Amino acid sequence: MAEATQTRTSASGARLQWVLVAIGIAALIAAPFVIYPIFVMKMLCFALFACAFNLLIGYTGLLSFGHATFFGGAAYFCAHAVKVWGWPPEAGILLGALGAAVLGAIIGFFAIRRQGIYFAMITLALSQMFFFFCLQVPFTHGEDGIQGVPRGHLFGVLDLNNALTMYFTVLAIFLIGVFAVWRIVNSPFGMILRSIRENENRAISLGYSVAYYKLAAFVMSAALAGLAGAVKAIVFQFATLTDVTWQMSGEVILMTLLGGIGTMVGPIVGAGLVVGLENTLATSGFPVTIATGLIFMICVLVFRRGIVGEILARLPGAKNSNS
Amino acid sequence: MTVQATEQADKADSGSRVVLSARGLRRDFAGFVAVKNVDLDIEHGKIHALIGPNGAGKTTVFNLLTRMMPSSAGTISFLGRDITHMSPAAVARLGVVRSFQISAIFPHLTVLDNVRVALQRPNGLAIQFWRSLSALDALTPRADELLALVGLSDARDRLAGDLSYGRKRILEIATTLALDPKALLLDEPMAGMGHEDVGAVAEIIRSIAKDRAVLMVEHNLAVVADLCDRITVLQRGEILAAGDYATVSQDERVRVAYMGTTDD
Repeated sequence: MAEATQTRTSASGARLQWVLVAIGIAALIAAPFVIYPIFVMKMLCFALFACAFNLLIGYTGLLSFGHATFFGGAAYFCAHAVKVWGWPPEAGILLGALGAAVLGAIIGFFAIRRQGIYFAMITLALSQMFFFFCLQVPFTHGEDGIQGVPRGHLFGVLDLNNALTMYFTVLAIFLIGVFAVWRIVNSPFGMILRSIRENENRAISLGYSVAYYKLAAFVMSAALAGLAGAVKAIVFQFATLTDVTWQMSGEVILMTLLGGIGTMVGPIVGAGLVVGLENTLATSGFPVTIATGLIFMICVLVFRRGIVGEILARLPGAKNSNS
Repeated sequence: MTVQATEQADKADSGSRVVLSARGLRRDFAGFVAVKNVDLDIEHGKIHALIGPNGAGKTTVFNLLTRMMPSSAGTISFLGRDITHMSPAAVARLGVVRSFQISAIFPHLTVLDNVRVALQRPNGLAIQFWRSLSALDALTPRADELLALVGLSDARDRLAGDLSYGRKRILEIATTLALDPKALLLDEPMAGMGHEDVGAVAEIIRSIAKDRAVLMVEHNLAVVADLCDRITVLQRGEILAAGDYATVSQDERVRVAYMGTTDD
């Protein structure tokens, strides 16, 4: 009897989830007609970045402190391919994601050998090395970055210089990226990732070589973060050092924590909040970092599960749906 | 297969069938010898108990046998195959599977999913990141079977973390059984359990030992006397005595160690 009730609640919960997802997508389709499209595109890029990061922290239990490498690195690769080699934008974006995956494989290879804070420190150290690499090598143009990247034509036909075309391209890539994260998390492979997060030794004793699973998750997360960074380079038509700094790695952690670790929507909400706040405060003269710092403190003190995490936890019968 | 391995396999088929075997096992921790010169033979169809006072090195022996911890010296072989230098996951894949002293379950997964995670790997489902979770439905009948075997069917859809302590341990046994291991290493399977649960778990262990080798660490001597075919007593990392319960319980040194004249 109790079981039947529970099943019914979770079925109606699932229906409610799909309704909310549909409303969210509808809102994103309508957004550029109401809000400045560039701003929404920036939000979407960071939201995808945070979702990719969440795949690692939320569903595998690995805290990477070097994700800016994949985000900013992909932006450089994409910008260089499009501007200097004259590649079409879709090829540039693909190259960015692939390049980030390669960087992810290298950094992940070293980082997964350690756990907890040591894992975080290795990712930080290697991403700092990548920062200095970007500062020194000629193709990134140091402090100037790669500027004036042409948006070009998607598949040779869609003119991305049109704001709305650009917007819907970004929205499509964002939705594909978030779907990829959702699919990975809710797959047989994702189940193993969760079991590693829950009890790594037990996963080993069941015969899983957890290092391979962690590395695979790391590469996937890096590739998706790269996808976000490459798209950002096309939208803003430049790639800069800012995107490979450790502050950027910290910002994605902040976004994910704010929204809610281990929830699908949390990182999107967190990214929207942080980007929105930065945009609002940028014109007011109030220091942005103080505001985000205060919000972060309130978040940690009052709702530790993040905004979305806290809402989910308080929904009736939401105890089981921590995904 | 090497000549040596074949010989050993032949020997295993006739009479006593040693599944897991250790010779001269040793583990040093920065000047402290936790396990010294331990020989063990775990046989098919038998339940072997590893007993001894706290700190005798029982769990360390488990860690060494499953390769969760590298041994300082000695060899370990499984069905005639040298596994002394294998990775812990590879040893588990061969069929040497352990449980843990602190119940090792996945608390935020359902009871059913806990068992299905164990069933995923041999079915090649563990790496499929592009398929939906419904791909795991194929494993559900087998998982239900295992849950029925240990009496957890009614808790199937609950979160594993919400189970009582005793039932968590039972779930762990079900998860371990899902791998169909040839050698099962149970670290204090009944510790902290209520009286009724102890009896139930003893029955489960007895039935699963019929066609596999079982090594268990256990403090409850009544259970050991009732359940185990062979007993090895460890003290300060060394084997104090070995044999069946009658032999071991008559041993003067074991009585001294257990009555507590010289040891804790």
